[in-house]
Amino acid sequence: MSLLGIIKIALKSLTRNKTRTFLTMLGIIIGVAAVIAMLAIGQGAKKIVEDQVNSMGTNVIMVSSNFMSQQSNVRQAQGGGNLINIDDVNAVNSEIDGVLYTSPVYNSWGQLKYENKNWRSGITGVGVDYFLIRGITAVEGDLFYNSDVENGTKVCVIGKTVADNLFGDIDPVDKIIRIRNIPFTVKGVMNSKGENVMGMDQDDIVLAPYSTVETRLLGGRWRFMTMMVSAESKDRIQVVQQDILNLLQSRHRGTTSEEFMVRTQTDVAETASSVSDTMTVLLASIAGISLLVGGIGIMNIMLVSVTERIKEIGIRMAVGAHKRDVLMQFIIEAVTISILGGILGILLGLGATSLVGKYMQWSVTVTSFSIFLSVGFSCAIGIFFGWYPARKAANLDLIDALRYE
Amino acid sequence: MTQCSLISTQGITKTYQMGEFQVHALRGIDLCIQKGEFIAIMGASGSGKTTFMNLLGCLDRPSEGSYELDGIAVHNMNSNQLTQVRNEKIGYVFQSFYLLPRTTALENVELPLLYTRQMSNKDRLERALGALDTVGLSDRTKHFPNQLSGGQQQRVAIARAIVNDPVFLLADEPTGNLDSRTGIEVMAIFQELHQRGKTIILVTHELEISQYADRIITFRDGLVISDKPNPNPRNAKEDLVKMPMLDELQE
Ligand SMILES: Nc1ncnc2c1ncn2[C@@H]1O[C@H](COP(=O)(O)OP(=O)(O)OP(=O)(O)O)[C@@H](O)[C@H]1O
Ligand SMILES: [Mg+2]
Repeated sequence: MSLLGIIKIALKSLTRNKTRTFLTMLGIIIGVAAVIAMLAIGQGAKKIVEDQVNSMGTNVIMVSSNFMSQQSNVRQAQGGGNLINIDDVNAVNSEIDGVLYTSPVYNSWGQLKYENKNWRSGITGVGVDYFLIRGITAVEGDLFYNSDVENGTKVCVIGKTVADNLFGDIDPVDKIIRIRNIPFTVKGVMNSKGENVMGMDQDDIVLAPYSTVETRLLGGRWRFMTMMVSAESKDRIQVVQQDILNLLQSRHRGTTSEEFMVRTQTDVAETASSVSDTMTVLLASIAGISLLVGGIGIMNIMLVSVTERIKEIGIRMAVGAHKRDVLMQFIIEAVTISILGGILGILLGLGATSLVGKYMQWSVTVTSFSIFLSVGFSCAIGIFFGWYPARKAANLDLIDALRYE
Repeated sequence: MTQCSLISTQGITKTYQMGEFQVHALRGIDLCIQKGEFIAIMGASGSGKTTFMNLLGCLDRPSEGSYELDGIAVHNMNSNQLTQVRNEKIGYVFQSFYLLPRTTALENVELPLLYTRQMSNKDRLERALGALDTVGLSDRTKHFPNQLSGGQQQRVAIARAIVNDPVFLLADEPTGNLDSRTGIEVMAIFQELHQRGKTIILVTHELEISQYADRIITFRDGLVISDKPNPNPRNAKEDLVKMPMLDELQE
């Protein structure tokens, strides 16, 4: 008998029991939808991480002392030989080829106050090159200048979150806020950067000249400087990274390479995206398991349906159906269920994905890979789990099948 | 011995193993059947009639003995080959109709054609409609089995059996589930088919029904105990005319 004929027969018997066919399909539908949605969400998470990494700026290198290393613990007692200072920053800027900008960075936290409003946020002391490295511009007012850094003026620029919380509808430009009770003039509001890789709000920040931060805010306290550098181009970044490490080591006599952390954006990105890759795999495997359960559901129903239709199978064989015709009929029934389920699952998955994208404001992306994967998988499930019941049907003894009540 | 133009069986036995016991359903059947015969097989319950029909119908294989059908040795064919023979040469009518549920009369009749050779949809439809017309059911093609009377269901089953234009027709108690008038109606169809040249072998319990055949074979305990021609078979059509209709009686 022709394949087309068997397909027709299989479809007919599926439509004869629509509810059951649909319920059987449901397992596959949910499984496939879950796989697609999970992969899409995973991809979306990865894209977000990439965007966040890019929001750090282009070709950025972060330099800091590594206080976790063995040697530094020893040295700490002797006065912190691996502490980065402003001369190191200037040396990196002037002595290393391929360095575009450098800026010292002081990271700190503190209470902000404007009139009766209080807000706690990060306070970072930087040089003006920091704006260039990170692509910071002023959306209101202005940024501060090199003269401010040189003179240690009490000025700052604030992130959007800070502006919203301290000022609300008021224009913050040229207002005086108190940072740890020291008055600073707000020169402007920075462009928004969103969340960083760690999920921290990069707009919840105040930038001030590092010199001001050093003397006014951190004066007398223990402080440590980190450094942000941007390389001229992507190709040079690794060479620059190594040169910085060498330079720091030679400037701080007796230190080892482990005592400094010189990390590029890609290092950070790799860590972050490997985390999100793991998450994607994890989510997809959970979804895959539900697909498997859906497949077992198909096998279960097909077995029931073989038992239920023993007489029908007997009649078909009596009027001339070969074993292989019966085998094919049942396999095609199973495959049809799984493929149709797969298609509906894709639609449901796309729907769920776009819903997630809409409400969570994620750029979720459904790849053709995930569609092929789930369709292929559900096809395979149909054949795999349809095979056993189909064999059972085809191997029934004709007379026994006809006599079956 | 005369030449057997359709069926020749030699020493056919069938033994069922029931745990410790052996059931000898057939103990050695030698039969010779010519093309164009109309045979009724009679016998007490359990005498092996159905078993024998299943063998003739290639639904089952004998334990011993040989079976030649149309000049081909069938007894040692594999199940695939038997399926082929069944499909091409044999039409089988079962006592309890065996129609596919939730499948229209027309689709039920088309069923054997689906499993045979390649055939265009149009040809298949034509042949199925033709078979339904032969059994007088042209107006019931779209009905499901549960929307048909017993006699109509049996006629659909007969249409299915003849749709492939088989060499011979087997019917195992085709009237067993029908009232006597409907039974005679079915016999009229068989006689009509016989007149058109079909060989027919049917099993029946009822003496009356056997009188429509032109040869009567009687089984007992798995053996043929009598095999006689019936020189003056009754004519079912005439009997139907003579028979008063039920509603006429009520008037
Ligand atoms: N599948 C089977 N397994 C075991 N024994 C069987 C099987 N089929 C038939 N028999 C036995 O074989 C014998 C003949 O059965 P068969 O069905 O051929 O009788 P029959 O003449 O058709 O009877 P009836 O007129 O009641 O239909 C019976 O004793 C029956 O019990
Ligand atoms: Mg019987």
